[in-house]
Amino acid sequence: MDNLYRDFILEHYRNPHNKGYLDPHDLHFADSNPTCGDEMSMTLRLDPTGSKIADVAFDGRGCAISQASASIMTDNLRGQTLDEVRAMNPKHLLDELGVPIGPARLKCALLAYKVLQGAVRGSEVAWPEEAEAVS
Amino acid sequence: MTIEPAAPAVIPGAFSGAALRPDFPVFDVLTRSGKRLVYLDAAASAPKPRTVVDAVSDAYAHHYANVHRGIYELSEDATARFEGARRKVAGFIGARSEREIVFVRNATEAINLVAYSWGRSNVRAGDRVVTTQLEHHANIVPWQQLTREVGATLDYVAISDDGRLELDDLRAKLALGPKLLAVAGVSNALGTINPLPQIVEMAHAAGALVLVDAAQSVPHMPTDVAALDCDFLALSGHKMLGPSGIGALWARRELLDAMPPFMTGGSMIIRVTMEGAEWNEVPWKFEAGTPAIVEAIGLGAAIDYLTALGMDAVRAHERYLFEHAWAALGEIPGVRRLGPDDAATHAGVISFVLDGIHPHDVATVFDSEGVAVRAGHHCAQPVMLRYDIPATTRASFYVYNDLDDVEALAAAVRATQSLFA
Repeated sequence: MDNLYRDFILEHYRNPHNKGYLDPHDLHFADSNPTCGDEMSMTLRLDPTGSKIADVAFDGRGCAISQASASIMTDNLRGQTLDEVRAMNPKHLLDELGVPIGPARLKCALLAYKVLQGAVRGSEVAWPEEAEAVS
Repeated sequence: MTIEPAAPAVIPGAFSGAALRPDFPVFDVLTRSGKRLVYLDAAASAPKPRTVVDAVSDAYAHHYANVHRGIYELSEDATARFEGARRKVAGFIGARSEREIVFVRNATEAINLVAYSWGRSNVRAGDRVVTTQLEHHANIVPWQQLTREVGATLDYVAISDDGRLELDDLRAKLALGPKLLAVAGVSNALGTINPLPQIVEMAHAAGALVLVDAAQSVPHMPTDVAALDCDFLALSGHKMLGPSGIGALWARRELLDAMPPFMTGGSMIIRVTMEGAEWNEVPWKFEAGTPAIVEAIGLGAAIDYLTALGMDAVRAHERYLFEHAWAALGEIPGVRRLGPDDAATHAGVISFVLDGIHPHDVATVFDSEGVAVRAGHHCAQPVMLRYDIPATTRASFYVYNDLDDVEALAAAVRATQSLFA
């Protein structure tokens, strides 16, 4: 248990980074985790070229895993190009979380990724296969 | 915390839940946490007693052939056992005849059968159907689909702050003259026991038929459809110690006789020509194709198990556990309990929220203690909306639970709180 809820996960949960709503923004997307109904939205601002992420915020309520995952993922987004974000591997996010995520919680961990992909692609994307271990 | 041992013999026919655990093979093995399994998720699906597992195994091994077809000993044997299970279901819920029992996969399919067959031939444009905000999605979505398709209106009876149906609102919705009221016996999300006799009487007085979603009530308390005088009743076998994939629709015979088939094909016909077909009699008119033969036999074994305990005793046992668990959770700061604060109208299902901790996190920490609970919206999102919460944690009791499980529940709550403190 202490493996999953390591201090840095709980720290991100209690004090999430990049939480809120950017107004104005260039991209906005919201999606939900069907297992629990939790919703998450994401707003992004692009740099003047329109190809790189200048700022990002996420909002919504959720469990420690989904909130920490969104907090950690959004920390690394500024300066990335939209193409880089589209090519992002969800495994990378799971690695960054650095804690063992059981099959029942994979959607919690990957909700932020799904919302982000929806935002940069302009429409809802399917759950990555990593999240389908249990559904 | 310590909980006082069971008060002796306050409940007639009461039994020890812990003493029944050896009947359930699932409790033979420790969980990956190294602790014993504390199973508090019967409302999602119940473990199976060995007698059910053995009945299924024995039916496949020695009594299996297709039913209603073969002119040979094995098929006659299988048919007798399958139809015997139908009689057991009928007896268990007080049906006048086993011909009123239609085998389906689960309560969801039973409700869909009514919505498709009865609904599409009786509900027309401009008509109304009433359900409630307390329902499982299975008793909402089929009615949404029906009313949308035919141009009827679906009304929802509101629920109070403590999770009861607002009977004044029910009266108001019934005054609009609906064709049907679809209502749960017990709320899966909150545990509320609805006052069905009163509700059925109100609906009938208003000229509406009543469908009872009994998935959460039939497994846990006595059911008597004749006394209740409802019109349709849906149940799931897997929630009452039986196999998955088998459930039943009960309906008054004259309703079943008048309803068109839901699914068509083999065995639901008397005669087929290239011009058309003639339907079989009820209930077989509604059972197209080879049914879940062995699952039905397994359900019969589950009914035998419950009948031996006595459904009054099952209800009393769960009420007793509810009272202790409700009190134990109430003593812990930061726990919000949902549903009626009244053991007489609250089944052995407790939905709760821990301040500042998401139910998914709660369930994960519980799992590490060997405690299995459900976390989520319980397929009842309108209920979550009503209380402005995304989800709850739900502990639900059954015959094999006992006060040691209540203690484990309270201990798991404290462990979760201390981890997130």
